[in-house]
Amino acid sequence: MLILLALAAMTVLLVLPLAVIFTQALSHGWDAVLNALAEPDARAAIRLTLIVAVITVPLNAACGTAAACCLARFQFPGRSLLTTLIELPFSVSPVISGLVWVLLFGANGWFGSYLDRHDVRIIFALPGLVLATMFVTFPFVPRALIPLMREQGAVEEEAALTLGATGWQTFRRVTLPNIRWALMYGVLLCNARAMGEFGAVAVVSGHVRGQTLTMPLYVEALFNDYDWVGAFTVAALLSLLALVTLALKLLLEWRMGRGRSVLA
Amino acid sequence: MNVELRDLRKRFGTVTALDGLNLTVARGEFLALLGPSGSGKTTLLRALAGLDFLDAGSITINGRSMHDVLARKRRIGLVFQHYALFRHMTVARNVAFGLEVQRRAERPPKATIRARVQELLDLMGIGELADRYPDQISGGQRQRVALARALAIEPSLLLLDEPFGALDAKVRKNLRLWLRDLHDRMGLTSLFVTHDQAEALEMADRVAVLRNGRIEQVDTPDRLYAEPANAFVHEFLGESIRLDCIVANGAALFDGIPGTVVPTACPAGPAIALLRPHEIGLLPAPGPARVDSLHASGPMRRVRLTLTGRVLEVLLAEGTAAPAVGETCGVDLSRARIYPA
Repeated sequence: MLILLALAAMTVLLVLPLAVIFTQALSHGWDAVLNALAEPDARAAIRLTLIVAVITVPLNAACGTAAACCLARFQFPGRSLLTTLIELPFSVSPVISGLVWVLLFGANGWFGSYLDRHDVRIIFALPGLVLATMFVTFPFVPRALIPLMREQGAVEEEAALTLGATGWQTFRRVTLPNIRWALMYGVLLCNARAMGEFGAVAVVSGHVRGQTLTMPLYVEALFNDYDWVGAFTVAALLSLLALVTLALKLLLEWRMGRGRSVLA
Repeated sequence: MNVELRDLRKRFGTVTALDGLNLTVARGEFLALLGPSGSGKTTLLRALAGLDFLDAGSITINGRSMHDVLARKRRIGLVFQHYALFRHMTVARNVAFGLEVQRRAERPPKATIRARVQELLDLMGIGELADRYPDQISGGQRQRVALARALAIEPSLLLLDEPFGALDAKVRKNLRLWLRDLHDRMGLTSLFVTHDQAEALEMADRVAVLRNGRIEQVDTPDRLYAEPANAFVHEFLGESIRLDCIVANGAALFDGIPGTVVPTACPAGPAIALLRPHEIGLLPAPGPARVDSLHASGPMRRVRLTLTGRVLEVLLAEGTAAPAVGETCGVDLSRARIYPA
């Protein structure tokens, strides 16, 4: 009975909205979809979303891995505090995450007048979008890595050191291969969120069509213009991305699970 | 060519792991570090390998101070307790690791590395496993891979942390002999940690007994067994029978065993007498001991006695007259070693 109820709830909550998105997008046929995607503003939104992702995801992958190594391998005062701090972007509302940057770099913010004098635009421009997205998506990689690295322990790395490897060689040849699946998992989730982020980005975007609208923001703009087909077409694109992410996530979880069972 | 450890000290918070430890390992020696868990054995190995820093003391290898030498520059082979093989590399790549990470100027050519790896694997008797992964081979085989990997860098000193700890008893026995033989053939200097006294006594040239971060005694296995430096070493190695006594005027006197006087150099006051089960002799009745049971196991007979309210087991050699069960008899404690309490 409970199982049936759960299944019904899942259908209503998950499958139905997805189905609605795709049927609405295709309600006027494929031509309408293609036209909506050919729109210059739509192209700009897709391009901007990709640019933001291409900058934030590698940066967060690198910084996140460094942070995870630091927190999982070294003992130092303030370590548990830092571990908690890494989760901060998840526990704070995305709108706040965006607002922080406005308060720092906006026209009336701490560094606002200084930036203005030097003609550097951060808020309502690409750097602001990147910063907001980076902040919101930072926890994914460390969260995927830290438990695994704790579980694996430092013993293989110590073995590498006694065999004459430098710190970098140890990381490249021993640490990285051992965490690669978990790292990809973290990067995948980070990427999905970077492309789909709405709240934080909405605050710093400025909503200039064709310039500072990412795909989720563009969906909202079209929706407000009663352009249903356009809105649902871009939404369908984002949903496709979500489905691909889901499939890859399953694949990675399967890989990681296999890796773990092999070790046991 | 030797290893000199002087006054090593290490604390972890409030726990003292090494408390002024001194030890010299001669070239070509196979030395066992034996002690209960928490005695500082593993800390000592890690400090030697450069993985842990010492609070004080000096490590000198072949006359060179290791004070400022990084772990990767020490050329000390370390075989970890659970082997720590690189799980994502084949056996051959594991063994080749130490050679492949050398600086380009010093690194042997690829073909040389491959030949050297195969040679080492053949030496370990696992030549056919080169392309397997660590999770595809048995515990004993993993240990040989770990050993080959450590030996590939031609270490000046080989450290082994509980090398047989994770193996079952049968594999263990064979590997002991094999490892000892390998050590001799390759002319290694090895230091191995164990809490298994049989292992230490059987394999090592000398055994260092550790307690609370200090060395209680370093000696050859037979001397360690025959002449323990103190009560701890006596009781840690082999079976011991412990009797309380009082030392006065250079002799130990036992409460409830009248007439037994053991001369000793031990200072006056309360003391402990320790004997191996075969060192206690039985004297004709009457005496303070009562025979509870007799048990023939192998060439020796085990006699269970009650002496001054305590039960103890004595081993009687073949051909010695044994008293009957229920009779009383005297005990000969003249071979007892007396240590201050």
